[in-house]
Amino acid sequence: MSYIKTGYLEYSELESLQTLPDEKRYQEGPVAVIECVQNIPCNPCEASCKFGAIHIGSPITNLPTIDTRKCIGCGNCIAKCPGMAIFVVNKTKGRGIASVSFPYEYYPVPKVGDKCHAVDRKGEYICDGTVSKVVNPASYDHTPVVTIDIPIEYANEVRSIERGYQP
Amino acid sequence: MGERIENHIILDCKPAGQKIQITVDGKKIPAYDGEPILSALLAAGIKINRYTVKRHEPRGLFCGIGQCTDCAMVVDGIPNVRTCITPAHDGMVVETQDGLSKEVRHDS
Amino acid sequence: MIHKDVLVIGAGPSGLSAAIEAGKAGADTLLVDLNLKAGGQLFKQIHKFFGSSAHHSGTRGYEIGSLLLKQARDAGVEIWLQSTVIGIFPGGKVGIERGLDNGEKDLVTLKAKTIIIATGASENAIRFKGWTTPGVMGAGAAQTMVNVNHVRPGENIVMIGSGNVGLIVSYQLMQAGCNVVALLEAAPKVGGYSVHAAKIRRAGVPIYTSRTIIEALAGEDGSVCGCVTAAVDDHFQPVPGTEETLKCDVITLATGMKPTMDLVKLAGCALKFHGPLGGYVPIHDERLETSVKGVFVAGDSTGVEEANTALDEGKIAGISAAEELGYISHEDADAMRSEIWSRLDSLRLGPFGERRMKEKKAMMEEYSETVKVPAAFQ
Repeated sequence: MSYIKTGYLEYSELESLQTLPDEKRYQEGPVAVIECVQNIPCNPCEASCKFGAIHIGSPITNLPTIDTRKCIGCGNCIAKCPGMAIFVVNKTKGRGIASVSFPYEYYPVPKVGDKCHAVDRKGEYICDGTVSKVVNPASYDHTPVVTIDIPIEYANEVRSIERGYQP
Repeated sequence: MGERIENHIILDCKPAGQKIQITVDGKKIPAYDGEPILSALLAAGIKINRYTVKRHEPRGLFCGIGQCTDCAMVVDGIPNVRTCITPAHDGMVVETQDGLSKEVRHDS
Repeated sequence: MIHKDVLVIGAGPSGLSAAIEAGKAGADTLLVDLNLKAGGQLFKQIHKFFGSSAHHSGTRGYEIGSLLLKQARDAGVEIWLQSTVIGIFPGGKVGIERGLDNGEKDLVTLKAKTIIIATGASENAIRFKGWTTPGVMGAGAAQTMVNVNHVRPGENIVMIGSGNVGLIVSYQLMQAGCNVVALLEAAPKVGGYSVHAAKIRRAGVPIYTSRTIIEALAGEDGSVCGCVTAAVDDHFQPVPGTEETLKCDVITLATGMKPTMDLVKLAGCALKFHGPLGGYVPIHDERLETSVKGVFVAGDSTGVEEANTALDEGKIAGISAAEELGYISHEDADAMRSEIWSRLDSLRLGPFGERRMKEKKAMMEEYSETVKVPAAFQ
């Protein structure tokens, strides 16, 4: 549990939770990845999912679990998670490309087509990316959800972009 | 150097009050009517509000909510005004406070 | 002299929700606060709250603040701002100073049948060489500047303390356009929620555990231009030879909070030390009544927690004050309280809340053993 010391999760730590989608599920289409590992009293993600794929139940400190068969990767939960700990990964875009969607609460919001520096969970540059989608409706309450396209081999590591990057 | 936030992903940072001017240690700086005096000072890069009584050490913003008195200044001749919770108005005269009051500064 | 059924002191989340409950029940309720605006620290909480839907989860703090202000108006609560309570005397007499530092101040005395003290908490400072240098400030002060006053306290920030305040304020300083140079934590592990830490890590902020600040450096103008940090050993002592210098113009301290005790002391409430609640706290029963009859407490002033628990405690105190005066029957008050207590218990579950829950329960047991019946205000 190195995150207690470093502040970020290693993918191996997430894998040990066994709530991640398996590789087979990744091949079937976009899917939510929930990186919530502490028993904190919080459950908006459960209500945010129209497909009933996320479960917390009672007590409210249960960790969320996801039924990846029900999840369609819509990304509605991304903006609703107060901990900003949910991402959507799509490994089915083809041509060696994957997309990662994440919450991005900074000004300015990137635009579709923008080049960006993709970063990992510790904020370090991983690869170049391109913004492919930005969703920011009023219901997201100022938490834009940004999707970037990146080389597929980095899909499990890329979780955000460098702020203020200008090519 | 502090500065005003113009764009923010969540907040609407448009100033509520009209643009005004206040005088700080003889120099005019811009402010917005009704904002805490301290905000205008920070936006102008002024970080020292007063000097302590005995050792004349500088003090500045510490709690920002009227509890600690570190940001007290002389405002329109009145000493010990907590600038973090006192609104600015046009033409206000603000002076760095030395010691307990304006008078102490002139004496020392 | 002005007479009031319920005087609520402090218009933060707990005071507002206390006043709303008392007002809704029909009590003539006055809410006083020393600030220019009501809402306490809610208006600087621009993040989405945790909790369940019963606790406004997913809603940003300032939106909850606006909602409470509307509810207070609807409940007929009278609000006095720029009003500081400077004395509480036997028989529920209260002295209130009204007005601004730079103007004429009025002294008003009033008599309240019940008093709810909801004065919140204040930030702890830690002492190190140069800790009084302008540019060293509470994390909450920096948060107020960016989120309420919309002005940056500086450009490059070093944050001390990795509790939720340190983590959240670091994030919000970046949202305001500041650069957070580093976050230092003297303990060997991050204190706050890992999701908050993860947010600032992926934004590029390094977190150094087992390291603290030992000196703030001042530039020619007398304000902060950097700081010296050092690794600490198991006893939190700096290890010689591990010093490093960081450039920054602001050092923010997020090193805990303690309940504001001035008014509960004036009112003569029994206090007990409870470390996990932030220090000395006024002990109270399940109605949130203190050892003094008719004096209630709520929120951080009776144990530092967070806004959601403060909101619920405020409700309980407001209901109990209205019950005390006969506006709510005992049966109804009991039913309302037990619903809120079960919500509060669920908020205090998990590794972060459990210590506080245990401590609160221990404190209420102490109350029932030592106080038994609250005494009249002497």
